[in-house]
Amino acid sequence: MTYSPHTAADRALMLEAIGVAAVDDLFADIPPALRSSGLDLPAPESEAELTARLSQLADRNRVDLISFLGAGAYRHFIPAVVDQLLLRSEFYTAYTPYQPEISQGTLQTIYEYQSLMAELTGLDVVSASHYDGATATAEGALMSCRATRRERVLVGRGVHPHYRETLRTYFGGGSLIADEIPLVTEGPAAGTTDMAALERLLADANGPVAGVVVANPSFLGLLEPMAEIGRLAHAAGALFVSVVEPVSLAVLATPGEYDADIAAGDGQPLGIPLSYGGPYLGILACREPLVRQIPGRLVGMTADIDGRRAFVMTLRAREQDIRREKASSNICTNQALCALAAAIYLGAMGPHGLRDVAALGAARASDLEQALAAAGAPRLHAGPYLNEFAVRVPNASAVHARLVEGGIVAGLPLARAVPDDPSLADALLVCATEVTTPEEIATFAAALGEELAR
Amino acid sequence: MTAAGDRLGPTLFERSRPGRGGGKVPHPPKDALARIPAGQLRAEGPRLPEVSEPELTRHYVNLSQLNYAVDTGFYPLGSCTMKYNPKIDEWAARLAGFAALHPFAPDAVAQGTLQLLWELEQSLAEIGGMTAVTLQPAAGAQGELTGILMVRAYHLSRGDTERSEVLVPDSSHGTNPATASMAGFKTVTIPSAPDGGVDVEAFRAALGPRTAAIMITNPSTVGLFEARLCELLDAVHEAGALAYMDGANLNAIMGRFKPGESGFDVMHINVHKTFSTPHGGGGPGAGPVGVGDKLLPFLPSPRILREPDGRFRLETVGERPTSIGRVRAFVGNTGVLVRAYAYIRAHGASGLTEVSEDAVLAANYLKARLSDVLDVPFSRPCMHEFVASAASLKAATGIRTLDIAKRLIDYGFHPPTIYFPLTVEEALLIEPTETESIETLDAFVEALRLIVAEAHADPDLLHSAPHSSPVRRLDEATAARQPNLRWSAMTGSQTPCPD
Repeated sequence: MTYSPHTAADRALMLEAIGVAAVDDLFADIPPALRSSGLDLPAPESEAELTARLSQLADRNRVDLISFLGAGAYRHFIPAVVDQLLLRSEFYTAYTPYQPEISQGTLQTIYEYQSLMAELTGLDVVSASHYDGATATAEGALMSCRATRRERVLVGRGVHPHYRETLRTYFGGGSLIADEIPLVTEGPAAGTTDMAALERLLADANGPVAGVVVANPSFLGLLEPMAEIGRLAHAAGALFVSVVEPVSLAVLATPGEYDADIAAGDGQPLGIPLSYGGPYLGILACREPLVRQIPGRLVGMTADIDGRRAFVMTLRAREQDIRREKASSNICTNQALCALAAAIYLGAMGPHGLRDVAALGAARASDLEQALAAAGAPRLHAGPYLNEFAVRVPNASAVHARLVEGGIVAGLPLARAVPDDPSLADALLVCATEVTTPEEIATFAAALGEELAR
Repeated sequence: MTAAGDRLGPTLFERSRPGRGGGKVPHPPKDALARIPAGQLRAEGPRLPEVSEPELTRHYVNLSQLNYAVDTGFYPLGSCTMKYNPKIDEWAARLAGFAALHPFAPDAVAQGTLQLLWELEQSLAEIGGMTAVTLQPAAGAQGELTGILMVRAYHLSRGDTERSEVLVPDSSHGTNPATASMAGFKTVTIPSAPDGGVDVEAFRAALGPRTAAIMITNPSTVGLFEARLCELLDAVHEAGALAYMDGANLNAIMGRFKPGESGFDVMHINVHKTFSTPHGGGGPGAGPVGVGDKLLPFLPSPRILREPDGRFRLETVGERPTSIGRVRAFVGNTGVLVRAYAYIRAHGASGLTEVSEDAVLAANYLKARLSDVLDVPFSRPCMHEFVASAASLKAATGIRTLDIAKRLIDYGFHPPTIYFPLTVEEALLIEPTETESIETLDAFVEALRLIVAEAHADPDLLHSAPHSSPVRRLDEATAARQPNLRWSAMTGSQTPCPD
């Protein structure tokens, strides 16, 4: 099946107007030595056949299991209005709003997205969006290097392992250094950023620090002493880059409140489906003085020549199509449609609804903690958490695999995601949100209890 | 006052009234947050808008109507491949089996998606003539970064530490030099030859032991196939450098030219262009990268592997130490890749070959029909797009490309890409794609013909265009001088929860 509108007569008319005999003549510039032999691909399919194939593939995934997975991607209720509005093809079949006169829909939605995220993060400037939380975090770290003209960042081990690895990849090209801040190994602060180690790293002679990157809640679900980390970073002349989860910001202290200079995170929890990892939404925000260092598109309010309020991409001198090799990043696209989804979601939930999502997730997580502890899987750490935490389970990977067979995805075996931390070898990272039910918690706890009793 | 002004509406924030909205999720118990230390909590709730669902719906539907889109009209935006986005692809990506799958789902419960992604990798490798493909990059620019970081890893793995330069032609996309900088290389810009192609002699002169790679867009950004490609690639490899192909223009060459077969070592593919995943107002896209044998060990992790028993799995952490590592979280923009897979399966080999033929046919047809309307600097047959220029018209009337672009809006068309490539004066880069009917192409020619006549008869009409759009030309200088990047007058949501 193709989507071509051309009949044989149309094609003949076009060839005649061009003045060639056959389509092949239009490809004469391809040197004969370079012409390919043709494509070896599966045969074309009608829409009916393709529909059946896609349905079968989708059905091979098991999305009916009871799941306690989080770890950077979160299952939430998505109001129907979100997807219905995303299906307006005036939004999804438009390109980047380079012609503002006929792109005010996209431009205003991005401006509103920036405003909503500024409110959630407590910061002034929000980019039109980045690819995902990992790349936004890497860009935030690079920003701190540009702004301070320093070449070394400190990244907390509590930052998502994928984000840390992405940051290392992004730093892999140049002279920049990313050192990791260890986590406290025991006691009441176990699992959170080791403050004494942070002080040592900030003072050591490996080079002055451009930015300190710490996540709250951390990958392990723990709440970090963000204000104190910020104070230490600033005392050393470094910027403080906070990695955030946006739903939590309805209730948790904001980057603005604890004096972060830059915030990064993934907007997936705001109405974006899990979709096996993407497309998601990279949130990147900063304080106003850093506005010319932030990479990616920005939309500003202005007026047209008749004085009507209007929106336009602005401060474009930072971008690759203008600055080329001197641009602040090579980023070109943003995730406009995902930013739109997040904005619609926030509009549908409202301030009270978003708080309810965060608080109900916290309540369900408390229930989960108690149920799992009673089943023999206590928390691994003692510090406060919001809705995600690690539990100690002997032979976690094997237990996890058996529970999957029984229809339960018992969170994430941490040994699989963070194999370089022996303290996490026998642990599962579990998460509850507002869609987690008491029945699911009871089923999980009972099954886990049976496994542990084997 | 034009008729257009009335179409603008208030912002979401101006629509807010305390007490509106709600009812989407149950309320939590009152003490839900009691176990969290007060110092960890937000001092006051976020000032988010409070709107009812009917108002929310009207807000976004009205905003959507201010947009021009492929589904509303012809969008001949050169280099962007604004083709029709099939509806089955939207349907497929929303199937619960795909959309509700968690990225940390164990391999055993993710076999459908893993199979789809693995098959998509095979198809893209076949189309590009590459050994293997990674689907991880989130966009074309990220694909470029992935490719160039692999080039760096390749040279370093051979102990070749002196290669610090990436050569790009001056007609390249801005992402190419920006990528080279981001990957720690120095960009060397090579002027184009007078015929619009790469200047092989100039490249030869610049190639040497410091060259890590060249980055070439083929077909080029002026819409021409690089006729001297063989010589260029030979020279690159002779110098010990690698050849990167920017695959932005793949829509022209499917079934006729495979970059990998021809000697390119690495390329990215913009699935939001060639494979018709929607542009979404600026994203999300996806930028898979294909590599030849040399770069195979360095592909980002995790790769998708097929076991001898036919089951699929992701590489585990640290399984392949030569990898450059991750370039993002999880495995990729899977929702976008489902659409690309559906597109490729619908077309098959014959359909994709026809897509390229029709795209090239339409571009040459428009070029032929416009050759007595605007300057057409390069007379050779073009690929899927071509450059026109308003240089002569500007000399005669003072009307610039920008004015033509804005006036096209009044005629109901999205303007082509303008002032790109930088190497052609008053450039319009026109890409009709294969999904536009001959009637649409003819109407576009007619509109440009009328605009050129207006340029002579009533130039002020063009200087002040557009006249029929929701807003007219914008004050971009003030927007940049005094940036207003967020709404800050939000009030009303500090009231207690209404129910």
